[in-house]
Amino acid sequence: MSRHLALDGAQAIAEAMRQINPDVVAAYPITPQTEIVQKFSTFVADGLVDTEFITVESEHSAMSACVGAAAAGARVMTATSSAGLALMWEILYVAASNRLPIVMPVVNRALSAPINIHCDHSDSMGARDAGWIQLFSETAQEAYDNAIQAPRIAEHPDVLLPVMVCQDGFITSHGLERIDALEDDQVRQFVGTLQPHMPLLDLEHPVTYGPLDFYDYYFEHKRQQVEAMRHAGPVILEVAEEFARLSGRRYGYFEPYRLDDAEVAVVVLNSTAGTARVVVDRLRKEGIKAGVLKLRVFRPFPVQELAEALRHVRVVGVMDRSDSFGAMGGPVFIETCAAFYTQRHPALVKNFVYGLGGRDTTPDQIEAAFRDLVQIGETGQIGELVTYLGVR
Amino acid sequence: MATALKLKELAQQPERLAPGHRMCAGCAEPIIVRQTLHATTDPVVVANATGCLEVATTIYPFTAWRVPWIHSAFENAAATAAGVEAAYRSLVRQGKIKDQQVKFIAFAGDGGTYDIGLQALSGALERGHKMLYICLDNEAYMNTGIQRSGATPLGAWTTTSPVGNVIPGKTQYRKPLTEIIAAHDIPYVAQAAPHNWRDYMTKVQKALDADGPSFINVLSPCPRGWRHDTDETVEMSRLAWETCFWPLFEVENGEWRITARPKEKKPLAEWLKRQGRFSHLFTPANRHLIDELQAEVDRRWDKLLKLCGEA
Repeated sequence: MSRHLALDGAQAIAEAMRQINPDVVAAYPITPQTEIVQKFSTFVADGLVDTEFITVESEHSAMSACVGAAAAGARVMTATSSAGLALMWEILYVAASNRLPIVMPVVNRALSAPINIHCDHSDSMGARDAGWIQLFSETAQEAYDNAIQAPRIAEHPDVLLPVMVCQDGFITSHGLERIDALEDDQVRQFVGTLQPHMPLLDLEHPVTYGPLDFYDYYFEHKRQQVEAMRHAGPVILEVAEEFARLSGRRYGYFEPYRLDDAEVAVVVLNSTAGTARVVVDRLRKEGIKAGVLKLRVFRPFPVQELAEALRHVRVVGVMDRSDSFGAMGGPVFIETCAAFYTQRHPALVKNFVYGLGGRDTTPDQIEAAFRDLVQIGETGQIGELVTYLGVR
Repeated sequence: MATALKLKELAQQPERLAPGHRMCAGCAEPIIVRQTLHATTDPVVVANATGCLEVATTIYPFTAWRVPWIHSAFENAAATAAGVEAAYRSLVRQGKIKDQQVKFIAFAGDGGTYDIGLQALSGALERGHKMLYICLDNEAYMNTGIQRSGATPLGAWTTTSPVGNVIPGKTQYRKPLTEIIAAHDIPYVAQAAPHNWRDYMTKVQKALDADGPSFINVLSPCPRGWRHDTDETVEMSRLAWETCFWPLFEVENGEWRITARPKEKKPLAEWLKRQGRFSHLFTPANRHLIDELQAEVDRRWDKLLKLCGEA
């Protein structure tokens, strides 16, 4: 049972938030996320949600209020982009380290300077070590589906970690799509009622959140976070399985496309995956055995599964929509290389940094990248480890 | 419920800040916190900014707090408390928890309030969260080792306004924070000091009864930072009031009122000379700074008298 709606990615997230009906939302406008808070505001104004909506004066306060509300025992959401996520940075760690299951849609946008409102992944990649689970979404449909699954993952008693649900700014957030939305009662049943873990508002059992923690305990608490993130992997799959039974749409750590017999493949996140599939179809007609692995879960990074899925692929290109200045390449590339090395995967690898600041990434650019991979396969020569697609 | 402010009865009440915390000897902050928590018998949830009070009362695995307590960061006590308060209102409105007249109190120092936390505080006040924000004003960043803040008085020595050959301590006047908060037109704003416990606790009770946000700025003498003996804390508080450096007043629904007026206004030097942080002012080269400080205290006191209709 589903409803067909015409929504863009931001509206799809707002619709998911309406259906989840969080107890508290604290949010601040920032392009291109603004449409989410605007749309959600109309749901509040029309009495369609029970949410206490805190219209904070900054993203720092948005995440701070989320921390307070989640610790109090409420189901909590916010949303942001770019500089907003950067301003939250300090409190992202506080949220994760206090094990607060906050859900935050992130509409990916480049970081300043120079100021730029368009898509790249430097915002969420910059927060990759903050202790948040990170789900990426190719389409508005996936953003919606990930948002519905997120509270279940975050609030799982073996996990208790916050979740970011990422989608591409403007490309996805402002592109109208047909969305298959679930019914309200299906969503409410699926997300269920939050069973808060040691809430502040349990007045009979006063708890101290956020004490001073020195060298005698801090390390163990960090180790527990590692464990929680490890638990998140199987929980993400369990929740996806249950979601598939409900919606008919199936999710995993990643989605392979024509990978089975692929000799060359790219690893890619978010909206560019669609472009990459078109290119694969084109190349397949020429007899080039090309494939795509679209990564959905970046944190926790599916090390073994990713290496296994690409086991037979001789040449792997990794596409990064952000750079890690001074590192070997972009963040997805570094993770992939580390996974290959530890899993004894012998692939030849190359990094393609693309689309920074919203630069269009065309099928021709991706085709050129694939031809580069084919040539690497033939010659065994990688050349430059990192190539910048479409830069002048 | 507000407690009757009788010492015998207050002494019978359970302590909600347990003894055994590691605040310095002579620190005014635990005195103020206990006075705060004794002012009501309602359930209280505390949000605490990073600072002396936070680090010295919650060294894991210990806590001195017998009430629910949360610390998140330095600059966001107001936003954190706002989140807790909003969650409470939401859960009560939806019938998910019972309404037990819970009171929400944020504690932060002057660094966390005058400086780094001012934006979050201003936002929370504008949004109207029903919570009491208490600034424990010890006039510098004491937790990091006595650095100057927007609350540090002119001329005071701190480690970032040291007394050098060219510059004699802090070169700026303090920020009039209580007045800045009053300009937000919230239901209740007050200034208080721990030597007058009845005045302060009455203000806490009024603040907690206010239908909206409330704010109290409490002077919190610090023997380490002010350089006075640990048994002179209450005396330093009283002298700050007697010299009109720290007047006790409230702004209730826009009405300004002096709540305790000293019988005679003592010269500011009587307060300054008791504190090592001002000792360099008592040299011939710096004596003019005492006059300047006195003139500024007089100016602000006269302004307050006018606001209170007592000029």
